Amino acid sequence: MKKMKLVMVGNGMAGVRTLEELLKLMPDMYDITVFGAEPYPNYNRIMLSPVLAGEQGIQDIILNDLDWYQQNNITLHLNKKVVRIDRLKKIVYAEDGTEAEYDRLLLATGSNPFILPVPGKDLQGVISYRDIQDTNAMIAAAEKYKHAVVIGGGLLGLEAANGLALRGMDVTVVHILPWLMERQLDQSSSRMLQSSLEAKGLKFLLEKQTQELVGGPDGRVTAVRFKDGSEIPADLLVMAVGIRPNTALAESAGIYCNRGIVVNDTMQTYDPSIYAVGECVSHRGTAYGLVAPLFDMAKVCANHLARMGIARYQGSVTSTKLKVTGIDLFSAGDFTGNDNTDEIVLHDAAGGVYKKLVLQDDKLVGAVMYGDTTDGSWYFQMIRDGKNVAEIRDHLLFGQSHLGNSGHLGQSSAASMPDTMEVCGCNGVCKGVIVKAIKEKGLFTLEDVRKHTKASASCGSCTGLVEQLLASTVGGAYTPALNMTKTMCGCTELTHEEVRQAIDAQKLISIPQVMQALAWSTPNGCASCRPGLNYYVLCAHPRLARDDPQSRFINERAHANIQKDGTFSVIPRMFGGVTTAKDLRRIADVADKYNIPTVKVTGGQRIDLLGVKKEDLPKVWADLDMPSGHAYAKALRTVKTCVGSEWCRFGVQDSTQMGIDLEKQLWKMYAPHKVKIAVSGCPRNCAESGIKDVGVIGVESGWEIYVGGNGGIKTVVAQFLVKVKTHDEVMEYTGAFLQLYREQARYLDRTVHYVERVGLEYVKQQMVEDAANRKALYERLLYALQDEKDPWAKDNVNQREFEALEL
Amino acid sequence: MKDWTKVATLNDIPPLGSRVVHTTHGEIALFRTSEGEVFALRDKCPHKGGPLSQGIVFGKKVACPLHGWNINLEDGNAVAPDVGCARHYPVKMEGETVYLSLTEDRGQRTEHHEDRR
Repeated sequence: MKKMKLVMVGNGMAGVRTLEELLKLMPDMYDITVFGAEPYPNYNRIMLSPVLAGEQGIQDIILNDLDWYQQNNITLHLNKKVVRIDRLKKIVYAEDGTEAEYDRLLLATGSNPFILPVPGKDLQGVISYRDIQDTNAMIAAAEKYKHAVVIGGGLLGLEAANGLALRGMDVTVVHILPWLMERQLDQSSSRMLQSSLEAKGLKFLLEKQTQELVGGPDGRVTAVRFKDGSEIPADLLVMAVGIRPNTALAESAGIYCNRGIVVNDTMQTYDPSIYAVGECVSHRGTAYGLVAPLFDMAKVCANHLARMGIARYQGSVTSTKLKVTGIDLFSAGDFTGNDNTDEIVLHDAAGGVYKKLVLQDDKLVGAVMYGDTTDGSWYFQMIRDGKNVAEIRDHLLFGQSHLGNSGHLGQSSAASMPDTMEVCGCNGVCKGVIVKAIKEKGLFTLEDVRKHTKASASCGSCTGLVEQLLASTVGGAYTPALNMTKTMCGCTELTHEEVRQAIDAQKLISIPQVMQALAWSTPNGCASCRPGLNYYVLCAHPRLARDDPQSRFINERAHANIQKDGTFSVIPRMFGGVTTAKDLRRIADVADKYNIPTVKVTGGQRIDLLGVKKEDLPKVWADLDMPSGHAYAKALRTVKTCVGSEWCRFGVQDSTQMGIDLEKQLWKMYAPHKVKIAVSGCPRNCAESGIKDVGVIGVESGWEIYVGGNGGIKTVVAQFLVKVKTHDEVMEYTGAFLQLYREQARYLDRTVHYVERVGLEYVKQQMVEDAANRKALYERLLYALQDEKDPWAKDNVNQREFEALEL
Repeated sequence: MKDWTKVATLNDIPPLGSRVVHTTHGEIALFRTSEGEVFALRDKCPHKGGPLSQGIVFGKKVACPLHGWNINLEDGNAVAPDVGCARHYPVKMEGETVYLSLTEDRGQRTEHHEDRR
């Protein structure tokens, strides 16, 4: 089949990212031709500031070198500006006469700096700040001249001013408004920023309007004159007063533009063969100048160019970070507020810390932070998700306290860490390694960093730190994944929720059915989505959907927990942590018979036999003659109990019996992740119910039930759900809560993540206040459990799984 | 000439699954894709020696059960950005019968496949 022709005009970050996404989806669909007006391959424009500041060289910021274009068979025309599109013949023409036919045209022409229409704007030494050429011009000027004036006190202007000051120039920033970065900062934080920059030697002239630029006899700028008659010397003048989408080419071809090339949610222009992405675009009336939204657009556009047709771009909320070393500043959303918003403010002028959160209807709509931006990503995520923060309002301002909980010395601020300090305790990755990888490999997302460095790829407790490193290294280009719209994995554009909904509504009872109905992009998924899908179909259609062992992680296929040397650990079930002399003798005999090297008591009050060979597992189970402890599964692990009123002189309830009953009912229950329960017989809480998925505490008048606790990566105290009177109520409420979690949580989310996402109030509405729904949830759980079998029982063991072949 | 030995029939290996073969070269994992192709790799992940035979098979890859490295079944190379290679052995099918050769397949072995994404 003859390949289609794709031509791209503009060789910048948005366009090339689109090509990268397209090549991932459909590597052979198009013959691709790229026109770039600059003489360089695609480079990281947001890293121009570090180049200007002398922290990096041009070579360091190249994202796709010439080899990349060659390897992907892309015809690259550098230094060639496209000047005409013939939409009838579908041909583009460059200035020098080069032409290229297209079936699909992608416009990624970016933006042009806005030049103030003042006399003298064409003098030598008057430049904008946009590309490598401008940056080089500034570096050259800094060597020869003394006085630099930057017009524009926005993000770009300040970064330019900082860079020029670092190169030894005397820099004055001129701004027409009363405070700097007015689109990103409120007045208080802006004043703090200004003082910090003044301390670095920058000078500011605010509320000054430029009248004209004065030139010398050699045609070079010498001074700036203002409307009020005053004048300051200038040998270099940088205009950084904003950008305008570059629509000239599109307009000349008659493509509809309105402050940008107008596109729909699929990034298509009014000409169906022509797509557009990046800063040149106007989407729902907005043109974006930050790089994060451009990457979102790239992904959507690639999806449609690949004819998959399932992605939509629906606009972006943006955040800002200034890339000036030593200055921590973050803002996002609507931080100005209005009559309908409330503000929570912390202002410590001496300590150099300012935080303002803007809330509307118990939702965070904006945030400005100066000095301490540790929680910027966290706030940003909540703004984008529109999360209800009523429950955490009282401590919202103090941030995400569990950020640096374990594995990195309690550090919570990446900026203050030395390069040699370990960020990721699981994989032993230091700060310096992460920052280097971000800069050199051009990483923009948490996923990228995880893949390349392994930092935060295991337990994830250092995710917050890695996000901070990303944010401070790439600035506004970093956007945390939108929590509410996180896709399941690379095989689909759908979220967990959308997939679960479809499985339910379309009654999909097997993984192949799901993949077909939902147009999975891979023939049989990946190691990440398959276990999730297997769980989702089984949970949605109990006793109807068939389990697929090949889509389960090895532990759930071998019904034992794989260890580092490939042997397995075996933990038999002991309901409520109660055992007998007879069982203990059998465990001892098994340990002897199979030469089991280690016998250990677990944190959940069970006995663990470690180092069992896979082929011995069925025999070990048979000899133990005890049920599976599921200590390997995303399922109910243990119900931990204290002694309780039977023996304990303080006990007020029979916690041991309660624990046994709960475990007997729930022991074959699979879930999105492991589930741990504890029952204590009095408020002394010896079973540690406060850090369990469900924690039950006996009191004189009944039982208190707590949910969503976690003793692992993040220690999170369980939240009080309800107090009940009877044994049967404990069974019902516990079951109903777990069924709600089973039906609604994303695969691999613990209850703590689920409750954090939906809010405790929602959980209460669903299964405390709504008695009918509670009973229905509980019924559904019991129905699902009826069919579950003990995987260790002889009849249920698939021998082939455990036998090796001989050569 | 390769030393082809009969090791299994296709039915011995579950689709998207694997079997371990004890050999004089140590343990070798046979993998079967959804298309019915069979591949053989030494049962040791190039990362930390994890038993690849216990991983989840998808497409023409297997995910190591220990730390999730993805290994290409066709040549034993780790999927980028991870770098490493599991020893790869030739397999041939005659009808439903699977033959394995213990002559390591050096011809197809390349050190880096960084651009396979």
